[in-house]
Amino acid sequence: MVFIVLLGAPLLGALTLGMLGGRRWAPEANVGFSLLTFLAACALTARVVAHGNLSVGHEQFFIDAFNVFLVTLTAFVGLTTSLFSRPYMRIEAEHGRVTTTQLRLYHSMYQMFIATMLIALTTNNMGLMWVAMEAATLSTVLLVTLYRTPASLEAGWKYFILCGVGISQALFGTILMYFAAEKVLGSEGVSALLWTHLNSVKSQLEPSVLGLAFVFLLVGYGTKVGLAPLHNWLPDAHAEGPTPISAVLSGLLLNVAMYAVVRCKVLVEGSLQSTLPGRMLMGFGLLSVVLAAFFLWRQRDVKRLFAYSSIEHMGIVAFAFGMGGPVANFAALLHMTVHSLTKSSIFFAVGHATQKAGSQLMDNIRGLITLSPTVGWGLMMGTLAILGTPPFGVFASEFLILTTAMKQQPWATPILLLALGVAFAAIFGRVQSMVFGDTTAKRLPHPPALVPVFAHLGLVLMLGFFIPPYLADWYRAAARLIGGE
Amino acid sequence: MNALSWDLQLLNTLAALLLLLSFAMLSQRRIVALVNMLALQGALLFIATLLLAWRTGDRNLYLSAGLTLGLKVIFLPWLLHRLIRRLGVYWDTEPLLNITGTMLVGVLVVIFSFGLAQPISALASTATRNSIGIAVAVILIAFLTMITRRKAMSQVVGFLSMENGLFFGAMSATYGMPMIVELGVALDVLVAMLVLGVFFFQIREQFDSLDLKNFETLKEDQ
Repeated sequence: MVFIVLLGAPLLGALTLGMLGGRRWAPEANVGFSLLTFLAACALTARVVAHGNLSVGHEQFFIDAFNVFLVTLTAFVGLTTSLFSRPYMRIEAEHGRVTTTQLRLYHSMYQMFIATMLIALTTNNMGLMWVAMEAATLSTVLLVTLYRTPASLEAGWKYFILCGVGISQALFGTILMYFAAEKVLGSEGVSALLWTHLNSVKSQLEPSVLGLAFVFLLVGYGTKVGLAPLHNWLPDAHAEGPTPISAVLSGLLLNVAMYAVVRCKVLVEGSLQSTLPGRMLMGFGLLSVVLAAFFLWRQRDVKRLFAYSSIEHMGIVAFAFGMGGPVANFAALLHMTVHSLTKSSIFFAVGHATQKAGSQLMDNIRGLITLSPTVGWGLMMGTLAILGTPPFGVFASEFLILTTAMKQQPWATPILLLALGVAFAAIFGRVQSMVFGDTTAKRLPHPPALVPVFAHLGLVLMLGFFIPPYLADWYRAAARLIGGE
Repeated sequence: MNALSWDLQLLNTLAALLLLLSFAMLSQRRIVALVNMLALQGALLFIATLLLAWRTGDRNLYLSAGLTLGLKVIFLPWLLHRLIRRLGVYWDTEPLLNITGTMLVGVLVVIFSFGLAQPISALASTATRNSIGIAVAVILIAFLTMITRRKAMSQVVGFLSMENGLFFGAMSATYGMPMIVELGVALDVLVAMLVLGVFFFQIREQFDSLDLKNFETLKEDQ
């Protein structure tokens, strides 16, 4: 029941707002549907905590320790982003950047995007997961091109084609996986693509086929994670779309794609009995971290800057999952959570800042703190958090990852440290000059929504000091599930 | 060596024709012809699926044959033709690599595909296992088509041809994916094409052409 509400609320929202999304109250309705989704996610979490794993709809959907926290995170960030988008999109409409029809499309697709991500997270069927991932791309393509500027069209096209081709590779990987599974599980019914069934027979799956499948799956879903060198679409799509979309793309979609990669990795590692998948993940992760850190220096657009920072952090997560073992997995899960919260709060602050300055170029954004201390401090604190300064949660997870790397992969530690240092210098210098100094910013007709910014940063701060015991248990259970010692 | 039954021989012929069509698409510059070839590819897939359904008596395969007919033979080509007419894009410009060069790369791709598919074919128990290599080749050649083209429309045709290859691969290796997945994939392809239709008009409105050379502003060294 709760589960039906969880998926039903955003789908119903997409339908309703598709018809009425241009109305004056549409932003509030958008918040309403997101709130309903979030409440359902909370109820679902409570149930899973109390009664353990849950399986719905002839095992087509299932909830375990690994995906339940991502479901809650997705619903939560979906809710706060809808709160942020309320004044943001109103201002955009008043500036004449979007029409009523476009606003309708925006609201409808926003809900659709949340729905597809939730389906991708909760489905037990590897094939359905693929379908939902592709649907998530499709629902956001037209949002990236919402402003119809030449640059946004180019970004949308790149997003569509690169992710389309990438995801086709993942489909081939899924076909190969089905092929291997069918030998063991038989093709009767559809059990051969159900993750829980695959997981129970993973050691019997043909290693040569699964090894090949993993290459395709990693490249396919890795494109959506934004792992270098498949990251090309990511900065463009983040920079050219409306800022709420940048926030959910960066904060949620990348996580969901990473989730898909990890699910596949568990199966393949079980079949191969070797650390090859982990090593591949580490390689891609490390490359992303290094490449992103150096590209950060060349950015002039503030949203592109933080998009590259997302690539860097996804690289760190990929590296940690690649190392495997309980501590690294725990740290990777924690890092996914704090990155998602911090990065979306940064995008909220950046969204308000760019509207105030009337430009996304960092050279044109000056002295935010004079006109609006809250936006300025929000951006500053968010930046400090994402750069891994203590006491924020990102520090805790990065510290865990680095110390584990020292023990397990000592060769990688200097590279990681160097990249983190380079990224720190690149981002901090830029943000400092945006926040302090004389201002050119102007006042806006609607007050910015700052509750989401500080709610997220508050949570990240809390996770830096103290992880509530049930959350820690949860992470541990998920880390065990992912396994890979 | 025992003779193959006639239906298997026919299936192998269809697979060979599919590969041949991929090569034809690789060299074709007229976009209308490209779309027709895509439709023909869909038709070959439809016949192959139908034949396989008849051979195995699998009800799901009949369904997916129907899906192929409706979507890949009728609807998508119709949609693409309509878009071509409304947008007035008939010719692609010279591909990035000249045709002879592309064909040579294509031949290498086929050899590579058969090498890649060898272990899978060896494990497969389906009657069509020999076609897996062809399916991989179709996928990779479609990929090559996408890489070497400049017009958005030809890239999309390449993308759909790749999807055809994937479908054929799933069919030869495992007699198709579970129905729910196939339906989902078909739905995604359908929605993708509708989104694309909207998208093309947006691009046209901005640039007055569908040439992707306009798309070179978002680069890192700007």
